[in-house]
Amino acid sequence: MRVNVTVNGVAHSVDHVWALESLLDFLRERVGLRGTKNACEQGECGSCSVYVDGVLVCSCLVAAVQVEGRSVVTVEGLDSGGGMHPVQQAFLDAGAVQCGFCTPGMVVAAHCLLAGNPDPDDLTVREELSGNLCRCTGYQKILDAVHLAAERTGAAP
Amino acid sequence: MLRPSSWRGAMLLRSQYPEASPICGGTDLMVDINFGRARPVTLLDLTSIDGLDSWELVDDGRTVRIGAGVSFTSIIDELSGLCPGLAQAARTVGSPQIRNRGTVAGNLATASPAGDCHPVLLACRARVEVESVRGLRLIDIDDFFLGPKRSALEPDELIRAVLVPTATGPQQFAKVGPRNAMVIATASFALNLDVTGRRVGTGIGSAGPTPLRARAAEQMLQEALADRWDGSVVDQSVCHEFGDLVAEAASPIDDVRGTAGYRRHALAVLGRRCLSWALADLGGMDEETAA
Repeated sequence: MRVNVTVNGVAHSVDHVWALESLLDFLRERVGLRGTKNACEQGECGSCSVYVDGVLVCSCLVAAVQVEGRSVVTVEGLDSGGGMHPVQQAFLDAGAVQCGFCTPGMVVAAHCLLAGNPDPDDLTVREELSGNLCRCTGYQKILDAVHLAAERTGAAP
Repeated sequence: MLRPSSWRGAMLLRSQYPEASPICGGTDLMVDINFGRARPVTLLDLTSIDGLDSWELVDDGRTVRIGAGVSFTSIIDELSGLCPGLAQAARTVGSPQIRNRGTVAGNLATASPAGDCHPVLLACRARVEVESVRGLRLIDIDDFFLGPKRSALEPDELIRAVLVPTATGPQQFAKVGPRNAMVIATASFALNLDVTGRRVGTGIGSAGPTPLRARAAEQMLQEALADRWDGSVVDQSVCHEFGDLVAEAASPIDDVRGTAGYRRHALAVLGRRCLSWALADLGGMDEETAA
């Protein structure tokens, strides 16, 4: 079946989508955006985090056919200027990236957190990123990156 | 793919295509699909139905009617005053991503003994509004759960809303699991002190084939509170006895998340703590004695 969806501001009309296909597979295999990562496929790890109509979701738990007529933003679409979004730059600068597999989901979740709370404390960051697993960093550098991004976007005192 | 935009359309499609799997947040169904445990012929997507994702006060403000599409995040953001117990339970569901998609109605439709909302719905004596082309009915929550992942929902019915009485006193929910987030409960417990109705409500999760009420504990506490619902001091020993009666009401098994013995022990602790907190809220105990 056909799915019409806007991804990162670009309209896509994709045919032959499997009725039970996840949005994650749709984004990676049909739209060709591989920044969104596939790890657990059960909503545990957050590697596949994207926005659907501005709401943070695990794309593995959304059926592709459910986004008909909706707007999806992936990690590739965070900065429309084609450069690095301040959250991405902060992850690099703070050393919050090791193997990098969790990073896209972590960045999208951190982006969502800062959009709603420009200057979160540690506890809030831990809670808001609790759906994103990282097996390398021990999370401290990720906390640092979120605070750095908050600082740079000018919201922190 | 079936994608009704109206509730009427959804019911017609539900009866025409009984083999279709209803999907809303997808946080349960998509896991089964991704792991090959479910292969529905098609999906009945409920996310485009107008108004399904809103709630309203009904019954002269005594009941909150929560539409089947209302996410846990909305419950936390909008209903923590009217339904504090449900909001507490909603906060313990999964992660922000899961709470943005998952719904109380989906929790009910899956009918897992571990569903986080179920103990609160039992404690609050909620009702489930279900409808098919044959008509609408309200199912008392006590009659809803039939077994592990089995409910009173008929194959042609859809859950349209959940009716939760607004809180008239303290409500508490507590859950035990290996970490703070992303946890399926090893055991959970909910308590509702209905001050207006002079009734105690309880609910136990993850410790039986279905969510359960601790009826003997309710009875005991109702008698202990008999003339003290104004919040005068209730003896600490009542909290211990209450916890023990909660543990006795459970019928847990050993499984991957915990042993029956651990679950019973945990429920005694959760029952005691929830009551201590609720009594503190009621003003019947000072904060120091509530542990």
